[in-house]
Amino acid sequence: MTDTLLPEGGSGDVPPTTRADWQSDQEVRWCPGCGDYSILTALQLLMPDLGVRREKTVFVSGIGCAARFPYYMDTYGMHSIHGRAPAIATGLALARPDLDVWVVGGDGDMLSIGGNHLIHALRRNIDINILLFNNQIYGLTKGQFSPTSERGKVTKSSPIGSCATPFNPVSVAIGAEASFVARTHDMDRHHMQEIFRRAYEHPGTSFVEVYQNCNVFNDGAFETITKKAVRDDMLIPLVHGEPIRFGSEGQFGVARHDGGVEIVEVADVGVDALLVHDEARSDPSTSFALSRLAESPDRPTPMGVYRAVDRGEYGAAMHAQVDQMAGSRGKGDLKALLHSLPTWTV
Amino acid sequence: MTETAAESLIPEVGRLVIRFAGDSGDGMQLTGDRFTSASALFGNDLSTLPEFPAEIRAPAGTLAGVSAFQVHISDHDIFTPGDAPHVLVAMNPAALRAELATLLDGGTVIVNADTFIERNLAKAGYDHDPLEGDDLDAYRLIRAPMTSLTKEACKELGVKPRDAERSKNFFALGLLSWMYSRPIEPTIEWIEAKFKGRDLIIAANKAAFNAGHAYGETAELSDHQVIVRPAEMPAGTYTNINGNTALAWGLVAAGRLSGLPVFLGSYPITPASDILHELSRHKEFGVTTFQAEDEIAAVGSALGAAYGGHLGVTTTSGPGMALKAETIGLAVSLELPLVIVNIQRGGPSTGLPTKTEAADLMMAMYGRHGESPMPVIAARTPADCFDQAIEAARIAIQYRTPVVLLSDGYLANSSEPWLLPEVDDLEPFPVEFASGFNQVDEEGNEIFWPYLRDEKMVRPWAIPGTPDLMHRIGGLEKEDGSGNVSYDGANHAHMVAVRAERIARIPVPDAEVCGDADADVLVVGWGSTWGAIAAAVRRIRNGGRKVAHVHLTHLNPMPANLGEVLSGFSTILVPEMNLGQLVRMLRDEYLVDARPVSKVTGQPFTPAELQQVILSELGDDA
Repeated sequence: MTDTLLPEGGSGDVPPTTRADWQSDQEVRWCPGCGDYSILTALQLLMPDLGVRREKTVFVSGIGCAARFPYYMDTYGMHSIHGRAPAIATGLALARPDLDVWVVGGDGDMLSIGGNHLIHALRRNIDINILLFNNQIYGLTKGQFSPTSERGKVTKSSPIGSCATPFNPVSVAIGAEASFVARTHDMDRHHMQEIFRRAYEHPGTSFVEVYQNCNVFNDGAFETITKKAVRDDMLIPLVHGEPIRFGSEGQFGVARHDGGVEIVEVADVGVDALLVHDEARSDPSTSFALSRLAESPDRPTPMGVYRAVDRGEYGAAMHAQVDQMAGSRGKGDLKALLHSLPTWTV
Repeated sequence: MTETAAESLIPEVGRLVIRFAGDSGDGMQLTGDRFTSASALFGNDLSTLPEFPAEIRAPAGTLAGVSAFQVHISDHDIFTPGDAPHVLVAMNPAALRAELATLLDGGTVIVNADTFIERNLAKAGYDHDPLEGDDLDAYRLIRAPMTSLTKEACKELGVKPRDAERSKNFFALGLLSWMYSRPIEPTIEWIEAKFKGRDLIIAANKAAFNAGHAYGETAELSDHQVIVRPAEMPAGTYTNINGNTALAWGLVAAGRLSGLPVFLGSYPITPASDILHELSRHKEFGVTTFQAEDEIAAVGSALGAAYGGHLGVTTTSGPGMALKAETIGLAVSLELPLVIVNIQRGGPSTGLPTKTEAADLMMAMYGRHGESPMPVIAARTPADCFDQAIEAARIAIQYRTPVVLLSDGYLANSSEPWLLPEVDDLEPFPVEFASGFNQVDEEGNEIFWPYLRDEKMVRPWAIPGTPDLMHRIGGLEKEDGSGNVSYDGANHAHMVAVRAERIARIPVPDAEVCGDADADVLVVGWGSTWGAIAAAVRRIRNGGRKVAHVHLTHLNPMPANLGEVLSGFSTILVPEMNLGQLVRMLRDEYLVDARPVSKVTGQPFTPAELQQVILSELGDDA
């Protein structure tokens, strides 16, 4: 009945594309110097490598600076309403499992007004890729503290400092049962591309936090850790199966401590004492501990894939139920449905 | 139906209204439902009104815990659950106290006498036993010791007395079935099917039912016996249907007729949840049900599915409508098909979750920010919910717009016989998705414009997956045609006008005048008031007076001939289960002196109430 109506997309091999194929004809209107540009570039450069079809790719966003993203991708896209992108993407992905659905939003969009949709999307594990551009500020409304702004943040709406404790997006995602959680930043295109590729390949909901600089309202929020000069000592690369080690000389590492993890000097504890990163571990407590290592992005911060477990995708389970009912009853018979309660004939 | 010799001796009545009342745990809804089913199979016309408290189990034996079910059966076509009941079944003192006032003077009260003990009387607020005083002098009283006789009947079966007691509602059903000559077989068959595999429960329920039936005979209640003959009804196959089931089936049918898979995004809310339940059971029709994390995600997921080419539907009640407003506004801006079903209940806020009201018309019409027009339609009877679900989907798909379908708690739960349509007679409305370019750019390249409109002002529906037609849509104002974001004031003014006009131009059937076209008084209704208005109008006309009735299904846009119709009457009355919402729309649109008739008690109008209002308007001197 219905499947025939859905377009197949192009047939045969996926035609090769270039970055230009993924750029829409719309003028990009972020502020000059915004971190969003490098994220857009990273993704537009990555898409040809993924070997996917533009017509099968959809970007869904909410409201905010980051949420303008779909306008700039020459794919299908919807710029929806504040906070609701994960919900809309959920319906689209369930209805159309043949599509690659990406969700893009900022920290206010996804963690404040849309927090409920985010956690439930992560819990369900529908096959969508969520990119959260975290700049720790409301940009489009011109500079109010966000749910990721640090305590004491002075903004237009908090003239003597914000009183609220911020969310740690990676901790929130792990706590919400996310099956794929990663963090990257806008100063390292190759790292972003590697993480976005992993997110794309993951079956189920992928959650990627991107540290993104808002050079107008919160400039330099992450520069203590992301500037090239300090990166080696301040970013902790997470590599599956490898001891967690960082520093320009590899002199630091992460080891278990008191039920959590701590930063150690390799010279003090020895390489064998370092924690070997296991992103596929089903118990999320070690990944969560790693997410708590840096209380704020001015201390050594793990970057990369915190967690990647395969725990069954919602859409597949849901479609299996449809097949199960169709299998036991056959294709729905409308006449039989209308006659399914007791009937009588006059 | 063949008449037996015994039946022929029983006096006949044309119609009968019975009200079953008991504690929430007494199974009154089920008892009423079974009595209704047996009556339907017997061939009566009927209409039901279930009424239950918002609490699942309010404190046992209290007035707050009383649950009631009213059924009206007749030998002619009827439109409502009736006025004052002729018979009240009260399973405990609280039920008697709460419901007695509704009973017709001289009506019959059947009580479970075993429950009229001091403790229960006190819980119900009685300082005396009403069975002993003069409380019931105006009625015919039948005291049936239902609990003890049920226990007695179950004694030999090995059922524990406590479990046996739970079958007492079947005793009541058996007694009523005997008094009103209902067929026994459908109830026995239902018990056997419903409790399949639980032999003790089957045995207990059957024993209780038979004991109740026998009690009627042995207690010499034959002077209470009456029969309501089958009604003359148009030939065909019937089923007894409530509004929510009909609506769910209508959505399934709409999927079939449009050729689209149905996607329901919903969040549990009274009294709409049964639509979610019903559709969850029919995945083999290509129906996806998604129980979302909240009302906003429910409509958001439906809109996402609509973007992907499914028939997106969300079902809710008033509080949920409030939460969905922003997403519905997005759907207006995106010009995507979406069906929003509002099963109205008493408000504001949580209000009366299990009681009916129809006070969300203004919200459906205007409850979004900005100029945000969309079609609104309303079902008038339980069975009509099937037709209007299809109509809502048809308008949504063909005119690429969200549509609000209004039902209410009364239609949702009440039932009536439905002459089943022939599936092949339902009109298909197949969809054509956009598949190719529709525009040429300045350089001569073929391109796709997502907001290029056809002669009906409808934009193309190009779903993801379609090669070449990649485009972006969003809630920002867009340039007509290209769909590109535009902040231009003149373009916005144009788009506001386009959105208004394209909805205003949707063709809807003309308003039909029922009754006397040359009457002075016209009654205009919408939604579930149809039954009470039609019954009241019929009674008045049977009494030799003139009155007319127009009932609106399409509330936006309204029928093109409505202004002309209204102008033909000197008095226009608008009964509504609100303080006057349609009446404002009529006054606003047509500059007529329409007047409201309001009822906001959580219960539908009765024909008698409207009859009185209309008669006083006519001058009650005929």
